[in-house]
Amino acid sequence: MNPLAGCLLLSCLLFASGLGAVLIRRNAIVVLIGIELMLNAANLNFIAFWRYGPNPEALTGLMAALFALAIAAAEAAVGLALIISLYRRHHRSDIDVAEELKG
Amino acid sequence: MDFLAHHVWLIPLLPLVAAGLIAVTPRPQRQFASSLSIGALAAAFLLATLAFAATLAPGYTRTISNLPWFTAGDLTLHWGWILDPISAAMLVMITFVGSLIFIFSTGYLAEDPNYTRFFGFLSLFAAAMLGLVIANSLLVLFVCWELVGVASYLLIGFWFTKPAAAAAAKKAFITTRIGDLGLFTAMLWLNSETGTLLFYDSGRGCLESAALTSLVAQTTVAGLTFTAAISLLAFWGAAGKSGQLPLHVWLPDAMEGPTPVSALIHAATMVAAGVFLTARLYPLLSATPGAEGLTFSNTTPALITIAWVGAATAVFAAVCAVAQHDLKRVLAYSTVSQLGLMFVGVATGGPAVGLVHLLTHAFFKALLFLGAGSVIHACHHEQDLRRLGGLRRGLPVTFAAYAVGMMALSGVPILFSGFWSKDAVLHGALAWPASKGPFVLCVIGAALTAFYMMRQMCFVFLGEPRGVNASDAHAHLPPHESPRVMTVPLVVLALCTLLLSAVCTPFWPALEHYLAGPKATPPSVTAGVWGLLVLSTVATATGLGLAWFAYRPVRGSASSADPLAERFPAVFGVLNRAFGVDALYAATLTRWGRGLGTAAAWFDRWVWAGLVDLFHTLGQFTGWISGRVDEDALNGGFDAGCEATRWSGRRLSLVHNGQAPRYLRIVALGATVFALLLFGWMEQK
Amino acid sequence: MNAVFALLAGLTLGAALAAVTLRNLVHAALCLALALAGLGLIYIHLEAEFVGLAQILVYVGAVAILIVFAVLLVRGAELPEGRVSRAPWWGAGFTALFAATLLWAVVRSPVIRQATRPAPTVTVRAIGDQLMRDYVVPLQAIGMLLTAATLGAALIALPRRDPNSSAHQPTPP
Repeated sequence: MNPLAGCLLLSCLLFASGLGAVLIRRNAIVVLIGIELMLNAANLNFIAFWRYGPNPEALTGLMAALFALAIAAAEAAVGLALIISLYRRHHRSDIDVAEELKG
Repeated sequence: MDFLAHHVWLIPLLPLVAAGLIAVTPRPQRQFASSLSIGALAAAFLLATLAFAATLAPGYTRTISNLPWFTAGDLTLHWGWILDPISAAMLVMITFVGSLIFIFSTGYLAEDPNYTRFFGFLSLFAAAMLGLVIANSLLVLFVCWELVGVASYLLIGFWFTKPAAAAAAKKAFITTRIGDLGLFTAMLWLNSETGTLLFYDSGRGCLESAALTSLVAQTTVAGLTFTAAISLLAFWGAAGKSGQLPLHVWLPDAMEGPTPVSALIHAATMVAAGVFLTARLYPLLSATPGAEGLTFSNTTPALITIAWVGAATAVFAAVCAVAQHDLKRVLAYSTVSQLGLMFVGVATGGPAVGLVHLLTHAFFKALLFLGAGSVIHACHHEQDLRRLGGLRRGLPVTFAAYAVGMMALSGVPILFSGFWSKDAVLHGALAWPASKGPFVLCVIGAALTAFYMMRQMCFVFLGEPRGVNASDAHAHLPPHESPRVMTVPLVVLALCTLLLSAVCTPFWPALEHYLAGPKATPPSVTAGVWGLLVLSTVATATGLGLAWFAYRPVRGSASSADPLAERFPAVFGVLNRAFGVDALYAATLTRWGRGLGTAAAWFDRWVWAGLVDLFHTLGQFTGWISGRVDEDALNGGFDAGCEATRWSGRRLSLVHNGQAPRYLRIVALGATVFALLLFGWMEQK
Repeated sequence: MNAVFALLAGLTLGAALAAVTLRNLVHAALCLALALAGLGLIYIHLEAEFVGLAQILVYVGAVAILIVFAVLLVRGAELPEGRVSRAPWWGAGFTALFAATLLWAVVRSPVIRQATRPAPTVTVRAIGDQLMRDYVVPLQAIGMLLTAATLGAALIALPRRDPNSSAHQPTPP
């Protein structure tokens, strides 16, 4: 059980909780929180493998993590804008409300 | 003239062109049709006299021109023309008598609405008849034979709206057709045996020695040589066309046609074609196996048959003529009887003898028929003897001409060609080695001929007017003489009848010599000739005298009762109905034919049509199956497939309920599966 | 695995679990912020200082705050039906399945038994160098992406001006 294993384990659990939030909770904002957790779990993986992987001097993992971070931030912004827009329409922040695309 | 001898086909071409032009004229043109027909035939007459003149050269035998018609494998059929004495004489006779009859018709049918059609058919007939006499090939002869039969049908049935006329035309055609079967079979047989149908072809023709030698050498059923068998078959055809027993039944009924038709076709020319055929085929008929293989005799089985049939017919028809009430029917039976006489002449005395009688008969029979036509026209189409009478006063020219014809037919001696030609026939029959039976029958026939002709004269011209003026609604004027266009031909024919006698006597048998050709030797004048002349005069006188006395009540008054009918009603009835031959045929042959037709119709309707229906049903069934397969299986299947796709799409689309949680779950599931696969794969590596 | 790491991991995990389970959205958002901060600290512990600080700056400083603002903006209509979806066992099942898969992968992997090596020295200069050289294209792409995201978010969140929109009716349905 080396440090890498610990990071990986943590990452798995974080991911699982994020997934659980996405699949189980009804509030759109909580779903977004879950998504952020999943992204961060993946980021942790990147950093862990950079640190304990074969070639840390290449900084590959770091770069990946940085970019993922930026993207996640942008995505969070857009997602929240969407939630606000949906809320204006339906006056609810339930993810079940937007079902016009059914059938 | 040599040109004409080689191009003798120009003679039938002229009336043929006339007929063609008349056929294609858009509206009936009376003047055009009649003048064209008469002009064409008159021009043909001129050419015929020139051709005749060409044949008068001493030692002239014949001019042949043969052309190949078509080739089919081994078979080559030829088109051939011949100009020899018999065809030249026939050409002159047909064109001359024909022209006179055409002229007569312009008067006779002046009020008929179908005038143009009449002349068209007449021209067609003339062309066909002329073609027949100059044919050098049995094939061409047969073609013209059939054409002549068609023209006869068309002309007998000219007034086809009258049921009797239509029936008579059909009867004529069918009866002659039955005869033509024999001629056709003979033709086929001859072609298959000798390889040619040309009569004369520089030694290769079917009437020349090489062919005949091979034919007499072979025998068939009943020991008949091929020549005898073929001759008998050909005679069956001639008997049909010339109205000999048993195929005579159509000639009396053919009187339904207009009188010029009866004169031309059923007296002078077409019915004579049978006699002409026997004359033309005489080498075949008389060929018999001899010392060097081939010899000729006048007692071959074929000629014996022909003589007996001709003699029997002569007497039979003469007897029936005695009891007829219709003016033209008497003449019709008379024609049948005289044709029988002609056949006896050909069979016993040779072709020249028969043809002499044919030629003289043509003139006086045409004269008699045209005279009857004049009478009928003047009496508004009254034809019953018992309602005519006393016409010698109203129609003097007709009476005189008719008297000439009647005397020629009866055989009044010296001035009348009929006497001389009949005498030649009797002479030949007397000298016949096979039997004297035909001679006796012919003498009886001659007496009967005189009897019924005098009877007819008594009824028609002598005595007082019988029924014509009495109660007839149409006749309000006493009958007057026919117009000149009708009487002039009568006079011309009467003159010809008288003049022909000059060349028919046994003291100067110029016509017979001419017809027999340079090689034959006609009988010379012997003591037997005088005895025969006396005998035939006695026979004629007996007939005339008996009739004169028996019909005294008729010629002396207006009585329309026939004395013989009163005395022997049963016999008279039998004779009137011609021994019931017609009824016999109707009861047997016609009935069997109709039965056969009904059976064939039944077969056709049920068996063949059944088969066709079966195929039809099968086809329909196949079509139905195909339709069902196409409709239900293919289309339906395809549609069902599409429908299933749509249904499944509809059902599957319900998975999309528009709700994010479901989509997210599915994404998670997919990611899980992907992760499993990926890690599994990596595990394996 | 040392104690610091275990502590930080426990903190992060606890905060994450809290974030997903709390009823009060503001509390959940703040717990998320805590979890993200914990992750940042883990990054620093793993000697990826730059990333850790960036994490704290961006995530905690911006994203978490954004989430708090969003929570505040959509307030007023609390869910009467309940926190979880109508069929939570599906979600739970899939989550469990996925977690099991990942754990199985981790456990079966050989990398967790390998020896560790000493940490590399990473300078910001080196990071900047890499960004401007090897990763310049992704950098520019990220720039465009961020621009687009900003514009998009602004557009989406703008109130609509059509008469049927709910903006004219301030009252809830």
